[in-house]
Amino acid sequence: MPYALMVLATVLLLAVPARAEQILVSNEKDNTITVLDGESLKTIKTVPVGARPRGIVLSKDGKSLYICASDADHIEVLDLATYEVKRVLPSGPDPELFTLSPDGKLLYVSNENDNMVSVLNIAEGRIDTEIPVGVEPEGMGVSPDGKVLVNTSETTSMAHFIDTTTHEVIANVLVDSRPRIAEWTRDGSKVWVSSEVGGSVAIIDAAQHKVIQKIRFDIPGVPKESIQPVGVALTEDGKTAFVALGPANRVAVVDAQSYKVEKYLLVGQRVWHLAFSGDGKKLYTTNGVSNDVSVIDVPDLKVTKSVPVGQAPWGVVVAP
Amino acid sequence: MPFGRFAALAMIGLAMSALPARAQNQTDARVDIAYLALAVKRVVPLSYLDQPPADDGLQGARLALADNVTTGKFIHQDYHLEEAIEPDPAAVIDHFKQLVGQGYRNFVTDLPADLLLKVADLPEAKDATLLNATATDDRLRGADCRAGVLHMLPSRAMLADALMQYLTIKKWQRILLVSGQTDDDKAYAEAMRRSAKKFQIRIVEDKPWTFVPGARRTDTGHFQIEAEVARFTQGISYDVLVVADEEDNFGDDLSYRMTDPRPVAGTQGLVPTSWARPFEQWGATQLQNRFLKQAGRWMTERDFGAWMAVRAFGEAATRGNTTDPIAMGRFMHGDEFELAAFKGARLTFRPWDGQLRQPVLLADARSLVSVSPQPGFEHQFSELDTLGYDQPETTCHMH
Repeated sequence: MPYALMVLATVLLLAVPARAEQILVSNEKDNTITVLDGESLKTIKTVPVGARPRGIVLSKDGKSLYICASDADHIEVLDLATYEVKRVLPSGPDPELFTLSPDGKLLYVSNENDNMVSVLNIAEGRIDTEIPVGVEPEGMGVSPDGKVLVNTSETTSMAHFIDTTTHEVIANVLVDSRPRIAEWTRDGSKVWVSSEVGGSVAIIDAAQHKVIQKIRFDIPGVPKESIQPVGVALTEDGKTAFVALGPANRVAVVDAQSYKVEKYLLVGQRVWHLAFSGDGKKLYTTNGVSNDVSVIDVPDLKVTKSVPVGQAPWGVVVAP
Repeated sequence: MPFGRFAALAMIGLAMSALPARAQNQTDARVDIAYLALAVKRVVPLSYLDQPPADDGLQGARLALADNVTTGKFIHQDYHLEEAIEPDPAAVIDHFKQLVGQGYRNFVTDLPADLLLKVADLPEAKDATLLNATATDDRLRGADCRAGVLHMLPSRAMLADALMQYLTIKKWQRILLVSGQTDDDKAYAEAMRRSAKKFQIRIVEDKPWTFVPGARRTDTGHFQIEAEVARFTQGISYDVLVVADEEDNFGDDLSYRMTDPRPVAGTQGLVPTSWARPFEQWGATQLQNRFLKQAGRWMTERDFGAWMAVRAFGEAATRGNTTDPIAMGRFMHGDEFELAAFKGARLTFRPWDGQLRQPVLLADARSLVSVSPQPGFEHQFSELDTLGYDQPETTCHMH
């Protein structure tokens, strides 16, 4: 690139006023997406979308939000510049959660009602393949190199490892009851799987397909039946994990090397999903019963704020 | 150790940790489960709207079978459900013996208490596990308990405690108890009396319902019912009318007709139950949807009991890593067993009486009102044990 052009490009980049990040929350019960300003935490917009929005994922270019509209049986593509649904994609029945392939071209969708994982070609708007998995597929996580997909099935209670080239199930790992989330470590060596009813998080060695560690939670004064782990978020440096504990109304802070629980942070009611801010300094939680989002200061490990959103907030994503 | 043997061992280790991807049918270990039921001609309920389905219970077992089969595919296990439904007790006993002769040891039962006990006491039942999917009798968990019988639905004592806890937190502490004439109604009312005492709820009057209307659904029949219910409740000061009418003979006729306006709870009105149509929490929507799709009707409590029973066998085989019925039975009685049944909490069996610990829903026809145990009812080991007979008070001495 000629030098002058490079300078120009830099100048242009600097000239564009920096827009604050947006926090996007799917509200399962009132069929909306709440858009919060990342700085002021004020609601910028409440966007009506299809019935029962649950899983949400940002497109690779950060310009669109993919939304599982579970009861509408499709995926909607929300344009984050105009806040309009610009496309509707097929999903298979009852899409609950999905994950984007690292190249941004495919969405792997769990179809909760028919025990399938659908592979959706985004550009073509077409389902390329359906992969049979266990009963009530939910959690979806693709390895950083895109080669392996992990799906969890809630009633079967397994993590299914799927080869993304052949679409064959290569291994099934039994975990505790009702596994919800599959979260890969950034180096691709392990997968964290939360079990809602089992009350644990399993750390699976991704090469051996073997549970190498199980994390359990014990909160004084909280009945053990209410400890129901769902969302899992790992910090960029891989040193700390946050685990949302559902109706225990707490997020556990876990040392991701020793697997020891260091702290419990009190958040809103029935905390489910988690997302970091772009700089990793804040963590946002969706609280499905108190209808709000809690803001956790990551370096301080303190809950700093709660922000009201729609009814039964479910998924959360941060867009640049 | 020769290298070859070590390699083989290592391979077994690997195979165990990474379950094989796809099962081949010819090598699958099979879990045979029998659904043993007495086909009871159910009394047509008072409300025309809810006719008892002919396949009540059975559809729940079928759905759980499909769930087990899907899971089993991934770990070389196959499941079969034998539907053994007989019109009379003698035929049920014969069929049971015949199934045991064929090798069946895993039974889901939909039998009334006396017949269940007869089956459980047969010499053929020695190595069998009977999962009682539908009977709520307290005596099956008490004086008449049996070592090989586990109970899926909440007992009447648990249902009553679930309701009384809720009345306690609402401070509705005076009840009028109205009970029907069947043995089941009497047992339900007795559970309410015991529970009321436990939670210091006062039964201000305890009255049997004996009125038999001529023809309530004929034209103008409603006048007669209204007058009778008003007369029946006149001069009594109470907060809630608790009704014991398990067959739906009269309970739906009480609301809106009494002298003072009071809510109805018990077998009608606000009902303590393990399953209800309005229930959609903890992923229950998924089970409701799958059931509707399969059966073309709503899931009942009996369907749910049968679903849990067949799933319990599935969990014992998957988690216990065995298809041997005796080992499966042992696993279900052990500490490691847990059942996920859309109630948030993991469900386990009480070792002292074989009852499945579980939260109890409180729902009416259109809405879920609450789920017990209520906050604040605490227990040394598990809040779920605030419902029903706890270990110190059990009358079950397994034999």
